[in-house]
Amino acid sequence: MGLLDLLKRIEPDKQKSPFLHTLYDGFYTFLYVPDHTTKKGGVHVRDGMDLKRTMIFVVLAMLSCYLFGMWNIGHQHFVALGVHDGYLDAFLMKLMFGLIKLLPVIVVSFAVGLGIEFYTASKKGHGIEEGYLVSGALIPLIMPPDLPIWMLVMAIVFAVVIGKEAFGGTGMNIWNIALLARVFVFFAYPTTISGDEVWVAGLDGINAGDAVNYGWWETGFFNSIFEAFGWVTFDPAATVADGYTGATPLSLAYQGGWESVTNTYSASQMWWGAIPGSIGETSKPLILLGALLLLLTRIASWRIMLGMFIGAAITAVGLNIWGASPFMDVPWYYHFYMGSFFFAMAFMATDPVTASATSTGKWIYGLFIGFLGMIIRVMNPAYPEGWMLAILLMNTFSALIDHYVYQANIKKRLQRA
Amino acid sequence: MLTFSSFSTSTFAQASGGNSLLVASLFVIAAFVLIWMIIRVADNLLHLEGKNQQVDHRGISLLPKLGSIFQPRVPEPIVNSGNPVHILKQGYDIPLEGVAPSTHKPEIAEVTRFALQPKNYVGMSPIPKLMVEVGDEVKAGQPVFYDKLQPEVLYVSPVSGEFIELKRAEKRSIAEIIILADKDQKYVELNAPELEYADTEEIRAFLKANGGWSFIRQRPFHVVPSSDDVPENIFISTFDTSPMAPDLNMVVNGNEAAFQKGLDVLGKLTEGDVYLGLDGRGPNLPAEAFQGASGVKKHWFIGKHPAGNVGIQIHHIKPLKAGSKVWTLDVQDVITIGNMWVQNKFVADRIIALNGAELKTPKIVQTKIGANIGELLKGNIKEGDQRMISGDILTGQQKNADNFLNISDTQISVIKEGHYLEPFGWLIPSVPKPSISKSFPSILNPDKYEVDTNTHGERRAFVVTGQYEEVLPVDTYPQALLKAILNNDFETMEGLGLHELVEEDVALCEFVCTSKMPVQKILRDGLEMMRAQS
Repeated sequence: MGLLDLLKRIEPDKQKSPFLHTLYDGFYTFLYVPDHTTKKGGVHVRDGMDLKRTMIFVVLAMLSCYLFGMWNIGHQHFVALGVHDGYLDAFLMKLMFGLIKLLPVIVVSFAVGLGIEFYTASKKGHGIEEGYLVSGALIPLIMPPDLPIWMLVMAIVFAVVIGKEAFGGTGMNIWNIALLARVFVFFAYPTTISGDEVWVAGLDGINAGDAVNYGWWETGFFNSIFEAFGWVTFDPAATVADGYTGATPLSLAYQGGWESVTNTYSASQMWWGAIPGSIGETSKPLILLGALLLLLTRIASWRIMLGMFIGAAITAVGLNIWGASPFMDVPWYYHFYMGSFFFAMAFMATDPVTASATSTGKWIYGLFIGFLGMIIRVMNPAYPEGWMLAILLMNTFSALIDHYVYQANIKKRLQRA
Repeated sequence: MLTFSSFSTSTFAQASGGNSLLVASLFVIAAFVLIWMIIRVADNLLHLEGKNQQVDHRGISLLPKLGSIFQPRVPEPIVNSGNPVHILKQGYDIPLEGVAPSTHKPEIAEVTRFALQPKNYVGMSPIPKLMVEVGDEVKAGQPVFYDKLQPEVLYVSPVSGEFIELKRAEKRSIAEIIILADKDQKYVELNAPELEYADTEEIRAFLKANGGWSFIRQRPFHVVPSSDDVPENIFISTFDTSPMAPDLNMVVNGNEAAFQKGLDVLGKLTEGDVYLGLDGRGPNLPAEAFQGASGVKKHWFIGKHPAGNVGIQIHHIKPLKAGSKVWTLDVQDVITIGNMWVQNKFVADRIIALNGAELKTPKIVQTKIGANIGELLKGNIKEGDQRMISGDILTGQQKNADNFLNISDTQISVIKEGHYLEPFGWLIPSVPKPSISKSFPSILNPDKYEVDTNTHGERRAFVVTGQYEEVLPVDTYPQALLKAILNNDFETMEGLGLHELVEEDVALCEFVCTSKMPVQKILRDGLEMMRAQS
């Protein structure tokens, strides 16, 4: 009760400072489910599920990917330096390195995104809506770990203001917000997101002999802690090892097919995720666990996930038959070991606002994403991975698919007459 | 094999032995697709021929229905009855505490005040014309008021007694016509026309003049039919699946003759048929009065709420076409109409369930239409902040102790108000709440819930999709329908079947809505728009 009294006392006036009031309201509803009761003219009892709970489950499903991603940033960094090759070597140091890289991105993502949302909500006069909870949690997982913060801010401002608020806020956006942020960076600052060197953090380059890039947090803060315990420390003089390519599996597959990939990485390594790539996409089992959680709680649509898998599988089989390039010869089941297919399937494609609303529509939507994504990945030299573009393209058409499903229902009803 | 490999060498850039296997399998798949297409075309021709021959071809098909493999087993007696069975997969039964136990001897409630409420009737003018004045003595069955726009349809008093008070609401509209009941009831002698000899017009005139007409509801819009409306068919649902509703088998017990007479009367009012929706959920079969009803067509329904809603049943028996009119009645209303012949008087008895976890003893009582709520619930309510609802928790209307039971309601629900804050309630629920979501761990949840009126979250825009379809067993897209109503898009509204639905059918959609949308209100706005147009 003490907290409640304190909150009631500091409540800002709605008329005099709308922005502060919206901020206050946002935190108040975060702490407490409000005491609103059902109004006249409707049901008297409501289901216990609300949008906040739906969103938080999606974030929970992603948490394991976050933890693994933190460790993986560190692991790839040290593999590039040629030291601490084993998975459990310098475990804590790798984790802390990942935390140093990831935490600013998470904080900036939520601060900027939520700040814009609070501002727009106060301007419109209603409380803040929870749409950004999931997008804000997804954005750090799809960005390169070393992305300059100012680029991240520009991307988020673009995605939230133009992609979401301009259309009417939560529930009204056409395109997936997290993907819009990434596609902004992709097209506006292409060198920071393409190529192989961007997926390994903390280095000046990925050629042999390139120096590491440590800041105070690594050499000052954590080194003092690690020295106190007698553990391994960050070495500012380390350089990239000879023979390190830093190539991601997809770029290898493009150059030389499956043999080229397996020369550098084993299939099990790719499956479990100790490879360079976006922070959240590498560990397939953890993503699948998250997807399972979302399917069991019926928060994500199994039709979209299954449709996407079938579409991608059929396209990959078709490409195997065609076999015109080494990439097309990669056996269709190995396509799922590389790249961000599962991440896109579990978290990006299943966003209910941007996907089709009808069950039939969800199948068509999923199938086309699978088909287009695989085509872009394999047949297009400019884009190593196709899911971002495939999903954004199908987001554009999801309403059209629904429209035709509704028209079919309307025609059926008219014919009954 | 030779032809296959040479074919593949010429067609594909990198031919190998494995490719021929793929080509072979492609041919097999193509063959399957061709056969399937042939069967589809044959099936369509079958249906076309069925249409030409005027045969009911809806149940026949060459292609097997995949869904029928996984359907629940239908009990033997239902299959053997030879009547169509409809298994509805969508729906949800909210498990609730405080359900009144069924009984064959309901207690007779001691209620002295009863009221007629013109606002209970959709489309009634706000100030209907009264035929009696304050202070007059009225008999049970005596006409009390009528709508200026439909002067032939008279609304009668449920009890005999003194007209003590006329309560008005905003803009002088009439809210309640309150009658203080006599100890011994006096009835108007009705002298109904003999059914075998009377023609339809006589029966219609009799019902309109003596209050029977006011029980009929016309679809679409759920209004009392106008004087000259003729229905294509009449539908009655013999089981009520709304939360905590009284068992209609218990209600019809002792009133079998009146019920059958009511069905006979209704049969005379339409050129089409009277349909009964029977309860196939089990474990017990419905009462003999329902199963053995004569002169009607019976359909079995198996499913969770809203399988008992007559609108849902109409959709599965004979979906309503735009421009058609059908009538629906409740079982207790049919009994009252039947009693106008059998007992020669207007018997306004109603079996009401007093439900809810906030009652000391939930029970079934016998009273009459429009009974005073305070008197019905006297001494039965626990201490605390409650809401009294005339009707069920999904479609009912909030009332206080001075108000009266609404006309079609067969229960009063009393539940806790939800004026409480729940810290982090969306993350770690501290109050057990019913939900169709599987995200609430069932081990922590009780079997039955003591519900309250907390909204459990705030209103948002439409975000989650596919939720409404899970609880609405109608072939339509409810979210698109609601969006069409909000956009005043008439073609889409009508095309998606707005005329087939009424608030009670989408009440469960409103319950499950994650975004806390006022679904029933939006639907009623849409229906009013359509009614104004027609």
